[in-house]
Amino acid sequence: MWNFPLLPDQASTFAGRVDGLYFFLVALTAFFTVMISLMVAFMAIRYRESNTKVNRDNPLPENPTMEAVWIGVPLVIVLVIFFWGVNIYFAIARPPANAVDMYVTGKQWMWKIQHPTGQREINEIHVAVGQPVRLTMISQDVIHSFYVPAFRVKQDVLPGRYSQLWFEPTKPGIYHLFCAEFCGTKHSGMIGRVVVMESADYERWLAGGSSNGGSLGQTMADAGAQIFEAQGCITCHKMDDASRAPILKGLYGKSVALNGGETVIADEQYIRESILRSGAKIVAGYGPIMPVYQNRISEDELMQLVSYIKSLGGPATGTPAATPSAAPASETKGTPAAAKPAQNVNEPSRNK
Amino acid sequence: MSNQGAGALIDATVRPRRLARIFSRDHTVIAKQFFAMSIFFLFAGGLLALFVRWQLGFPGSAVPVPFNFLMTRTMAPGGVIAPDAFNGMFTLHATFMVYFAVLPMLVGALPNFVLPLQIGSPRMAFPTLGMLSFWLSLLGGLLMIATYFVDGGPASTGWTAYAPLAAVSHYTGSSAGQNLWILSLAILGIGLILGAANQVVTIVNHRAPGLTMFRLPLTVWSFLVTGLLVLLALPVITAAVGMLLMDRTLGTSFFVPAGLSVSGSPLAGYAGGGQPLLWQHLFWFFGHPVVYIMILPGMGVVSDVLAVFARKPLFGYRAMIYSTFAIAGLGWLVWGHHMFQSGMNPLLGTTFMASTMAIAIPSGVKVFGWLATLWRGQIRFGLPMLFALAFLLTFTVGGLSGIFMASTPVDAFIHDTYFIVGHIHYVLFGGSLFAIFAAIAYWFPKATGRMLGERLGRLHFWLTLAAFNCTFFPMHILGIGGHMRRIYDPTVYAFLRDLQPVNTFITISAITLGFAQLLLVANIFLSLKNGRRAEPNPWRAATLEWTLPSPPGDGAFAVVPEVHRWPYDYSLPNAIEDYLPQTSLHVNGTGTGTDS
Repeated sequence: MWNFPLLPDQASTFAGRVDGLYFFLVALTAFFTVMISLMVAFMAIRYRESNTKVNRDNPLPENPTMEAVWIGVPLVIVLVIFFWGVNIYFAIARPPANAVDMYVTGKQWMWKIQHPTGQREINEIHVAVGQPVRLTMISQDVIHSFYVPAFRVKQDVLPGRYSQLWFEPTKPGIYHLFCAEFCGTKHSGMIGRVVVMESADYERWLAGGSSNGGSLGQTMADAGAQIFEAQGCITCHKMDDASRAPILKGLYGKSVALNGGETVIADEQYIRESILRSGAKIVAGYGPIMPVYQNRISEDELMQLVSYIKSLGGPATGTPAATPSAAPASETKGTPAAAKPAQNVNEPSRNK
Repeated sequence: MSNQGAGALIDATVRPRRLARIFSRDHTVIAKQFFAMSIFFLFAGGLLALFVRWQLGFPGSAVPVPFNFLMTRTMAPGGVIAPDAFNGMFTLHATFMVYFAVLPMLVGALPNFVLPLQIGSPRMAFPTLGMLSFWLSLLGGLLMIATYFVDGGPASTGWTAYAPLAAVSHYTGSSAGQNLWILSLAILGIGLILGAANQVVTIVNHRAPGLTMFRLPLTVWSFLVTGLLVLLALPVITAAVGMLLMDRTLGTSFFVPAGLSVSGSPLAGYAGGGQPLLWQHLFWFFGHPVVYIMILPGMGVVSDVLAVFARKPLFGYRAMIYSTFAIAGLGWLVWGHHMFQSGMNPLLGTTFMASTMAIAIPSGVKVFGWLATLWRGQIRFGLPMLFALAFLLTFTVGGLSGIFMASTPVDAFIHDTYFIVGHIHYVLFGGSLFAIFAAIAYWFPKATGRMLGERLGRLHFWLTLAAFNCTFFPMHILGIGGHMRRIYDPTVYAFLRDLQPVNTFITISAITLGFAQLLLVANIFLSLKNGRRAEPNPWRAATLEWTLPSPPGDGAFAVVPEVHRWPYDYSLPNAIEDYLPQTSLHVNGTGTGTDS
């Protein structure tokens, strides 16, 4: 009757798995809906008042065995759905170690993307097929939500806090990118696209540069390094002298002891917060001497700084803790040698 | 206020002055006032929904002539609904329906009328609180209507009012409208809290002698649980909107983080340091229980209607009560499932996933209990029964589609799409509203002394059922196709263009559904005038309200009844009639479950 597909394309490694669970739920729902409808219809007809030739004996007001069955069976079904769902959920929450970092800034009503290699895009994001991508996202104003139906992923993009999302495209093509969280007047116009290319095409695109949004002209880490110098961070955060400020080399992903006695993982969110509101989480042994950079650095620049600090390397033990879940590193998917040190693409060893 | 039992009797017998008749403390009058208010907002909210549907079904075409009178020139230049007006309309649609149609019906009209009659009390515990509850709700409603006409238009941030969109007026065109929206909800919240307190105390303190807790009909049990939920949930939203108002007007930063910008330049006037997610936690901590506030009374009514019209004791009476408590209790632990995509730690998400799925179990107990009640019954198809059976089916669909949202990976895909819109309408329209229709048909004779017209009623039922499914079922298909909710113009998305015929179909069905509701109103008015006179007990039901004349009139239960049995003594083997009223002393062969 209508010419539309029931589901969008399956174009990421999640899509098949999510759809599998989805179709199981559809089957389950259809089964129970049909069953209950038939039962209601059957009883409505058979036990209608005018039907006098029917057995109405022994109407049970209670029946513990039967009740146990209809508590037990749904319980088992629910447990199956639960463990099936958790399995996929954790996969979606754990980016693999070989994921490429990209940075997304949302604003009313536009997406801005920065590639670690310096390309910038607006409402468009180019990625290579088979290459996992990890997005670090933030909003400059209200809450947005990064939604690519063909990848079956969606993640809210919050102001004041990084959120993360990863996917691995499996099919070259152009896919819709939407804002799924209502964000004001032109919410419905906040549209972008994800361009998935074969690796060779992608390399060519990287070399040619973005036609839409320009380029930093250098890697994000290099741009971050410039800001690091221009803002004078370097006067205290020295590469080899921890007397005035902590050494940032090797910080990313490390567990940091704070003045208050707690420890935090030095992830993107921690680095961002420490730059903007330096007094919030002070490293043990230091005083609150760092100036506040709130309103002095844009979100895009902050991401370059974060990228720079990440490029200084992480702890040698393995994958940086990517999500707040602090998932065990051994579970990361798709990397045969999970013990390999983190491969940040933006790691042009910048030991000064 | 007078708290002695005699106080109300004096009120009822002394002829009240005109002002006292308007600001009545009589629970049946308050119930009628709530009913009228709720029906008005039902239609106002429905009209707004049709405007929203018009834009989605026929994007960019002018609103047809007789209905464009509500559009100012700024709202609809050239008759075409503008984006901001569209956003305001879906916001007000949900606000009207949830806060001013369904809640006042289920926490106002229904308990005020039914509750005292079913527990054999001449009045509610606090008549003055009851009166205040209505007038505060109405004041809230009037303020909410006013938001439509103020400068900048109504609130346009969705009924969820997520911060910082709703916390900073620069982010939407609406300023005064959003502030009034907040004030209105705060006032309504206080009104409903008063009503709920009244309702809970009445159940606990004013039951007739012999009416033990485990002799209460399910409807009363559901009022008790709902009342408790209102008392715990509404203060949260009332406080939260207060914080939101301070963010908007006093420059606090409860929900506003630092470093925001507005169209490129830094946002001035906020210290920052707030948490947008705090709003979501507060909102959904209220917002999920409120879903149960809107469905539990319906479940109670349906339980009773099914028993009466199948001439059978309700199956698993105790299990039904415990499952009501289980649903209400679990309802406090599931709010996080609205926030799976907001950046939640997956371990926390997993617990919310488990608690949400657990609700399937008490819900299943209810559905199977209702089915078992029908088993070997002697089923009569009065209007209330038709709506109760429809409730059973639509609620099942709405409940089952909820499991999709509980499964986080699937939710990641369908969250904020039309799948959710379809789901919530199966629960709220197919659930709450069908139960409300059943309740209207069931208690109409008691309230008015006339039977609700059967023929027009059946036409209304079948049209509503068909149009309801044609409107809301295809929304699931849209959602799975990737159609987001709250989008102004679906045709700007290339891949949604193929789905546009579905949108058009939904709009036509929705218009049919909307106009079908006029039949209900017509039926009510026609039946009030010409309806068949109702006997005291037209449904041959066992609960106490049916021992009174229809309508009960002044001085109901002037003689306090004595209760001797539970409310479900239908089809007793040796009885002369096929039921025994709760007041019956008649000792009978089996006496199935007559007491606890």
